[in-house]
Amino acid sequence: MAAVFAAGILVFLLARSIFVPRTFGQYGHYRGAALAEIAAKPVMFAGHRACEGCHTEVFDVKTKGVHAHVACEACHGPLAKHADDPTALQPPKMDVAVLCVRCHEANKAKPATFPQVVSAEHSGGVPCDTCHKPHSPRIGGADTASAEKASGGGK
Amino acid sequence: MNITRRRLLYLLPAAAIAWDAIIAGTPEAAPNYNMTDHWWGFLIDVTKCIGCGTCVQACQAENNVPDGYYRTWVERYHVAGWPEENPTVDSPEGGKHGFPPLEKEGGKNFYVPKMCNHCADSPCTQVCPVGATFVSPDGVVLVDQKYCLGCRYCIQACPYGCRFINPQTMTASKCTLCYHRITKGLTTACSETCPTGTRQLVDLKNPNDPAHKFIETHSVQVLKPHLATQAKVFYYGLDGSVR
Repeated sequence: MAAVFAAGILVFLLARSIFVPRTFGQYGHYRGAALAEIAAKPVMFAGHRACEGCHTEVFDVKTKGVHAHVACEACHGPLAKHADDPTALQPPKMDVAVLCVRCHEANKAKPATFPQVVSAEHSGGVPCDTCHKPHSPRIGGADTASAEKASGGGK
Repeated sequence: MNITRRRLLYLLPAAAIAWDAIIAGTPEAAPNYNMTDHWWGFLIDVTKCIGCGTCVQACQAENNVPDGYYRTWVERYHVAGWPEENPTVDSPEGGKHGFPPLEKEGGKNFYVPKMCNHCADSPCTQVCPVGATFVSPDGVVLVDQKYCLGCRYCIQACPYGCRFINPQTMTASKCTLCYHRITKGLTTACSETCPTGTRQLVDLKNPNDPAHKFIETHSVQVLKPHLATQAKVFYYGLDGSVR
């Protein structure tokens, strides 16, 4: 009888060692190796610090303007590949007609203090960056278009 | 040696423990990131959200989330009057491309970004039959994609509706709090790209973290606190009508 039990236990332990992953139970009731696997996924957004290392001239303009706290990749998109190797991926050309209105198109649900316009009425089809330079958008700010253009397209 | 039935019963647990220690092997060498130094949470300042959907787009790009599925999304609330039982909520494509002009007049209107609440006492991890979803030692609720059966128990258990079956892998998928980023010293993709600073990663073990300081000095709340899930996504300026 004892021999049958012993054999049964042996089979159980053998099967257990095969089917239960090695790191199961390392931190809790799950496979510990999963943490490293999830952490190893590639990063798509490099983070604004990576951009600021090279693009200092843009950074200098941006920190003085009202877009100082808008991260580069909020508009320019995920560019970790470009940050790793600038020749590997060139950032796509930005379309101000899409980008600016994404935040600044008027909507009643937006906080009242946030600058918003009805784009169709505001510019009459003139591209936003004729007057507002995206890195420092306030007219009369650090990096604006000429005063002549500003008076033509301002509100 | 004479093994009686009673003696064998004593021996069994001991043998199991010994075998566990044998098959676990030597633990891996610790990387630069030390899990015990962090306890991750999140801060959402509702008063700043403009509903632009940049976070939703960034999340999809960062985590390769299939179209039509969302690890984070933005809801627009319209509360016509007070008291009102049911606010009107819309979230076209998760708010990914922003929101159309609101046609309703009056009342309160505001945006509420939603995501996994990374509950410390999470209902979703408790129901997993195979131990494929868990709270990591640094406080992030994760899914082991290789171990998940796709049984959907966790999707039903999540009171916040934050989980879905990924149609490509047929396993449960959810916000990982960009675990691959925060373990490298970066912030999450949504908080990196949020143009208004609505969304911020919080390290609840780091008292010098500005977002941690904000939580300590401001009135914040979590969603569905009556469920005692110990949610770690803290909302500032949240209206009582938000579910």
